Amino acid sequence: MKSSAAPTEDNISHDPVDGRAPLILGGHDFHSITEAVAAPLEAKPPLGWWIVLAASGSLLGLLGISTMWLIWEGIGIWGVNNPVGWGWAIVNFVFWIGIGHAGTLISAILFLFRQKWRTSINRSAEAMTIFAVMCALIFPGVHVGRAWVAYWMMPIPNQMGMWPNFRSPLLWDVFAVSVYGMVSFLFWYTGMIPDLGTIRDRSKTKIRRMVYGFLAQGWRGSARHWQHYESAYLILAALATPLVLSVHSIVSMDFAVSQLPGWHTTIFPPYFVAGAIFSGFAMVMTLMVITRVVFKLENIVTLRHFENMSKIMLVTGSMVGYAYGMEFFIAWYSGNPYEQFTFVNRAFGPYAWAYWTMITCNVLSPQLFWFKKFRTSVPLLFILSIFVNIGMWFERFVIVASSLHRDFLPSSWGYYKPTFWDVSLFAGSFGLFFFMFCLFLRFLPMVATAEVKTVMPEADPHHGEDRTAPERAMASLEEEPTY
Amino acid sequence: MALLKHSLPDGKYYGMLAEFPAPRELVHACEHVRDAGYKRWDAHSPFPIHGMPRAMGLKSSILPWVVLVFGLGGATSAMLLQWWTSSVDYPLVISGKPFFSWQAFVPITFELGVLGGAVAAVVGMLALNQLPMLFHPLFGSKRFEQVTDDGFFISIESWDPKFDLEATRNMLERLGATHVELISADSRVGAS
Repeated sequence: MKSSAAPTEDNISHDPVDGRAPLILGGHDFHSITEAVAAPLEAKPPLGWWIVLAASGSLLGLLGISTMWLIWEGIGIWGVNNPVGWGWAIVNFVFWIGIGHAGTLISAILFLFRQKWRTSINRSAEAMTIFAVMCALIFPGVHVGRAWVAYWMMPIPNQMGMWPNFRSPLLWDVFAVSVYGMVSFLFWYTGMIPDLGTIRDRSKTKIRRMVYGFLAQGWRGSARHWQHYESAYLILAALATPLVLSVHSIVSMDFAVSQLPGWHTTIFPPYFVAGAIFSGFAMVMTLMVITRVVFKLENIVTLRHFENMSKIMLVTGSMVGYAYGMEFFIAWYSGNPYEQFTFVNRAFGPYAWAYWTMITCNVLSPQLFWFKKFRTSVPLLFILSIFVNIGMWFERFVIVASSLHRDFLPSSWGYYKPTFWDVSLFAGSFGLFFFMFCLFLRFLPMVATAEVKTVMPEADPHHGEDRTAPERAMASLEEEPTY
Repeated sequence: MALLKHSLPDGKYYGMLAEFPAPRELVHACEHVRDAGYKRWDAHSPFPIHGMPRAMGLKSSILPWVVLVFGLGGATSAMLLQWWTSSVDYPLVISGKPFFSWQAFVPITFELGVLGGAVAAVVGMLALNQLPMLFHPLFGSKRFEQVTDDGFFISIESWDPKFDLEATRNMLERLGATHVELISADSRVGAS
């Protein structure tokens, strides 16, 4: 697993007296950071990149075929039927939207909390968010049956004189997810402008200079520009933070506002948000474990990043576990027999296998993160992150299928099974996700270069001065925030 | 393409570009340039430097106010849209709820408020910075390409009343500039 560039220094233990461990290892200076980040864009891509691109490209083709067949033939090609009218499409939608949430958490919430370690991973996590939202948007787009009138979801004046029903959570969802996609894109692009300037200034060919020059919009690192830029970035973070919390809350209301036992519960919004962040961090970890080795970024994305991420996964995983328990408690405490039946059926009925897969992956496996030994073992982190990805997909499957398949009338009970086309659409969405991510790694700066430079000690205008000098201490007290 | 043009007065030189070795020297030099009374000048760095706006004597950004206005504008129009479509243009009884059930309209109001604010933050930032500006005299300097990597610069425009070929160069060199060059106004490609 270890490559030649693997860091030998330790930055996972803090010194409680004299400041903190360095965020960037390997004796980097400003220029070598630029070199390390720009290398994947300028060198020939490694073989592994081509393999992943080809594999995901094939799956992307499968997505295209499945979507065309779906639109041609209708949603009868899926396994959905009465009583389970919502199948993999909604499961996959919630799964992908949830994945995206970690990107926004890393870029916005950790920024507001001044968690400087985020700078090494925020760019790729934000890219992941955007691609995950793209994958998510496929499913509500095609599961309406008549995909060519999907624009009816938008409030567009039409010849029928009709407007969408703004009192429906499903419409809130349309707005929440599309606004989330747009704001995530703006945030990602704004953060990238200075780095696109870096790539522009390094480019050797005219076409590169023109393309990156156009994308960088003529950025010239002006201090007057940085001032507005930092203000814009802070505001975007402050807007994205409540936004990300609202998005999965609204997604959960698709279920919670209905009156179905198993869905109709007030714990859903916070429970969905915690689960979303949990699953998203798992996906960030899966991607970064591979990417940092393939593109030799071990000194920028360090073990400390993985340790911090696994701590967040431990917290959110335990929150999800608490929510699972609380659902059972409320089912018992409510005294409602339908509610009680739903939950007993969930854990011991025909879908018990899915339920216990979910519990094992989501609640039990992250408990290993209590131990530092496991938090800093990269192979184990990789395996556990896959477990969590699987578990979180099953969580949505359990919520959808097990709540629907046995409704109030036993004569209409059924057992939902997916068809080939359910599976192929889901697999195809992974193709789209990894295909886009491969292109991102190759053509855009995958680490926020300008931001990483600011967390290096040399970036401090007082670097090299005696930090204990009294005038220095006074000066730092008088300093005003820059925005 | 007026958007891409830099509105500069006529003159032979755009100004003077001085390179400094590190953030510390740059901030120090900026304080001096500020105190010397220059107005049309700028500092350039690969990343934002803490304390720079104060060292340059810049006023704080008005961007937050722009965002506030557009954010509230987005939220207001969302509420108006929902009110008008649900209770004026297409009133439809759904689950026996009032036509104007404002509680149910809160999520979309919030989302569009965020959208208005976010778009205003990005567009406003670009507008305040006069970006995009794909051509600029400073791009004529080969050395200036380092600004997005590890170069720290001060540029003083020749239209500054205090600008003087000799005195300005001397001041910059005295402040520790490792390299000072004169930037020609001819590289203003956008003007053609």
